[in-house]
Amino acid sequence: MSHVFVVYTDDEPGVLNRVTSLFRRRGFNIHSLTVGPTEHSGISRMTIVVETDEAGAKMAHAHLEKLLNVQRVEQLSRFPSIVRDLVLLRVKADPDIRPQIMQLGTAFRAAVVDIAADSLILECTGSAGKIDALLDVMRPYGILEIGRTGAVAMARGAGFFGVQSSYTASESLAPQR
Amino acid sequence: MELSGAQIIWESLIREGVDTVFGYPGGTVINLYDALLDYPAIHHVLARHEQGACHMADGYSRASGRTGVVIATSGPGAMNLVTGLANAMLDSIPMVAITGQVRSNLLGSDAFQEIDVTGVTLPITKHNYLVQRPEDIAPAIREAFAVARTGRPGPVLVDITTDAQKLKGNFDWDAAAPKRHLRHIPRQPSEEALEQACRLIRHAKRPVILAGNGIRLSSAEAELCTLAEKLNVPVITTLMGINALPASHPLNMGMLGMHGESWTNKAVQGADLLIALGMRFSDRVTGDLKTFAPHAKKIHVDVDSSEIDKNVKVDVPVVADLRAALTAMLPRLEAMEHDEWLGHIRSTKGEAQAEAILGHEGLIQAPQVIHEIWKATEGKALMVSDVGQNQMWEAQYYKHEHGLITSGGLGTMGFGLPAAIGAKMGRPDREVWIVAGDGGFQMNIQELMTIIQEGLKVNIAVVNNGYLGMVRQWQELFYERRYASTPILSPDFVKVAAAYGIAGESVSSFDDVAPAIQRARAESGSYLIEFRVEPELSVFPMVPAGASLHDMLRRPEHAKATAKKKAGKR
Repeated sequence: MSHVFVVYTDDEPGVLNRVTSLFRRRGFNIHSLTVGPTEHSGISRMTIVVETDEAGAKMAHAHLEKLLNVQRVEQLSRFPSIVRDLVLLRVKADPDIRPQIMQLGTAFRAAVVDIAADSLILECTGSAGKIDALLDVMRPYGILEIGRTGAVAMARGAGFFGVQSSYTASESLAPQR
Repeated sequence: MELSGAQIIWESLIREGVDTVFGYPGGTVINLYDALLDYPAIHHVLARHEQGACHMADGYSRASGRTGVVIATSGPGAMNLVTGLANAMLDSIPMVAITGQVRSNLLGSDAFQEIDVTGVTLPITKHNYLVQRPEDIAPAIREAFAVARTGRPGPVLVDITTDAQKLKGNFDWDAAAPKRHLRHIPRQPSEEALEQACRLIRHAKRPVILAGNGIRLSSAEAELCTLAEKLNVPVITTLMGINALPASHPLNMGMLGMHGESWTNKAVQGADLLIALGMRFSDRVTGDLKTFAPHAKKIHVDVDSSEIDKNVKVDVPVVADLRAALTAMLPRLEAMEHDEWLGHIRSTKGEAQAEAILGHEGLIQAPQVIHEIWKATEGKALMVSDVGQNQMWEAQYYKHEHGLITSGGLGTMGFGLPAAIGAKMGRPDREVWIVAGDGGFQMNIQELMTIIQEGLKVNIAVVNNGYLGMVRQWQELFYERRYASTPILSPDFVKVAAAYGIAGESVSSFDDVAPAIQRARAESGSYLIEFRVEPELSVFPMVPAGASLHDMLRRPEHAKATAKKKAGKR
C-alpha cells in the first residue's frame, strides 16, 4: 500500500541524493517525491509516497531519521490528511470539439491555461484518484502530454506540523568518550 | 586567528585529541602534508596503500576506543579507502577520513584525479562533507568527529578542495561547535520498555543473553557481567561480541551462528527468552529466520532504532545506549537462579572441540596452531584475524580474555595485517598477534614495510593451506568438490618477510608449533611464522547458508565419537 511521508530537511546540496539513495539501497519503491521550500529559510519539505507494507514503512521511517540532514519525519498515512497532485495536461482539441473538452474540464475544476490551434492545456489539482479520473475522461480525445507533480500532503487540523522536532530530548553533539 | 585551511585541519584534529593519523600523500593533499611538518604533536603513519591506511585507522580505533583518522588524496587515493570505509560502516567503527579534492572551480569537470567522493561514499559513511572554503573546515571536522562517535558509531568522510586547504581563513574553534543537534538518539531507555523487559526476564525459565559488538562500543562490559551473574544467565556472543565477556567466565558459553558451537546454537533454539544486547540478528547469526529461536520471546536493546524488527521481530524493543539500559535494568531485577538450564547447556557441550586440537598424525591442523598461540599467550593477547577459515578458527579456538579484532560485517580479506598495525599503534602495551590465511595475507602484504618503518613488534602467523580455504570448503560441501580457482600459490613467506626486514620461519610439523610461537614472542622485532597446515580441513560446526540454526554439520571428531558411543552401547 501507499505510505505518505512528510520529511523536513536541511536545504543543502546533496540532501535529495541522500534521501533517494537511502530508499534505493534499502529496496523501497518511491511512487512520487516532491520538494519545496518552507516558511523557514534553510529548510526544505519533501512529500514522499512509498509503496510498501506496514513493516517497510516503519523501517523507512527509522532509516530516514538517521540521516543527519533530516530534521523531522512524519508519516501522514497515520493521520487525517490532505494529499494533492497537480497535473498539466495537453489534450488534442480541434476548434469544433474544444467546448466539449472545456465543459468536461469544468466538472473536474480544471482550468484551461493555454489554447493552441488544435490543442489546449488543462491544469488541475486534486487527489490522485481525481486526476486519474480526469485522465480517463480525456483519453478518448487524445492526450498529447502529461506533466504531473506527484503528491504534496499536509495533515488536517490546527498547526500539527512544523520543523521543530517532536523529540524534546535533543542530544547535543558535544564530544563524548 | 588567520590560518591556512591545511593548518586549520591539523589544529582541528589536535583539538579532537588526535595524535596519530594514517595516510598516503598525493597531489590534492600536498598542502596538508606540507603543514604537517609544523605539527610535531601529530604522528603520521605512512601506509603502502590507502586501503591499508584505512584498515589501520579502523584497527587503531577498535584497539584504543578512539576515533581513527585516515588521510588520502583525491581520485584513486580516495577510491582506495572505499573498502575500508565500508568495513568500518558495517562494524560501526568510529573513524574520520579526510580526502583531498580538486580545486573548487574544477569540481564537476572531470579534472585530473577528480572523483565524486562524497557521492561514491554516500552509502558507506554515516555522513560526509564536501568543504570548499577554509572557514568551513573546522565546523565540518568538529561535527564529523561528533557524528562518528555519537549513537551508533561509524565512519565519516570530509572531502576538502585544494584551494580550501591553501587559502587562509579565520579559525575559531569555539565558534566551530556543532550547531545541529543529533535527533532520535535516545540515550535513556523508556520506563515502559524497561518494565516490559524486566517482566519477561523475571518469568523466563530458559533465558539466554546474546551479546554483540554494542557491548564494547558502549563500554558496557562490566554491566553485562554484573547482569549475567545476577540473573545467572548464559551469555552467548556473536563474532563481533567475542569481546563482551572474558572467555574464562563460567557464564560465557561461546559464539553462535554459522560456525558457532553446537551447544550455543542449540541453547538459542531451545531458549524461552533471548536478551539481545547490541547485536543485529545478522543472517550469519540466525540461519533460517523462520525457524530461529522458535520458543523464545525476544528483548532487543540497541541504540539504532532502525535495527528493531529489521531481521527478527522482537517482543520488547529497548532503544537506548546499551550501558544506560543495563544500568537502569539492574536495580529492577532480583537475583535469579537458572542452574538447571545452565547445567543442561553444559551437558550438551561434548568434547568435539577439544578432540579437534588433540594429537593428529601427519600435517598440522590449523586449529592446533590457534590453540598453541592461545596457550602461549594465556588468552591475553590482542588477537587480530583476517577473513575466512582462519577467522572462524581464531574465534573458536582462541579463548579471548579481552579482544578480538576482526572484520565481521563486510568480511574483508586483507583486513588483518593493516588492522594489526593500527591495533599495535593504538595499544603499544599489548601483545598483538595477527593470524591470516595465505590468501588474505597476500592481499595487503605490502604493509609489512609499514611495520618496519614504524618499528613495530607484531607477531604474524600465516596459516598456509594452499587454498582459499573457506570457498574451497563450500565447494567441497556444496559444489561436488569442484575447486574452481581456489588452489592458490604463495611466495616463500619467510623470504618475503626477510626481504622486508622481518625475521621468521616456516613450520610444518606439530612438534615445532609451540617452540616457533615462543621464538616469535621472544624476538624483539616483528616475527612471521608460516604454518604449513592440512590443506583440506573444514571449519565445523557449520550451519549451511539458509539452513536452520540447529541444523549443523558437525565436526568429524564428533561423528567418530558418536559412532563409538553407539557401538559401545551395543
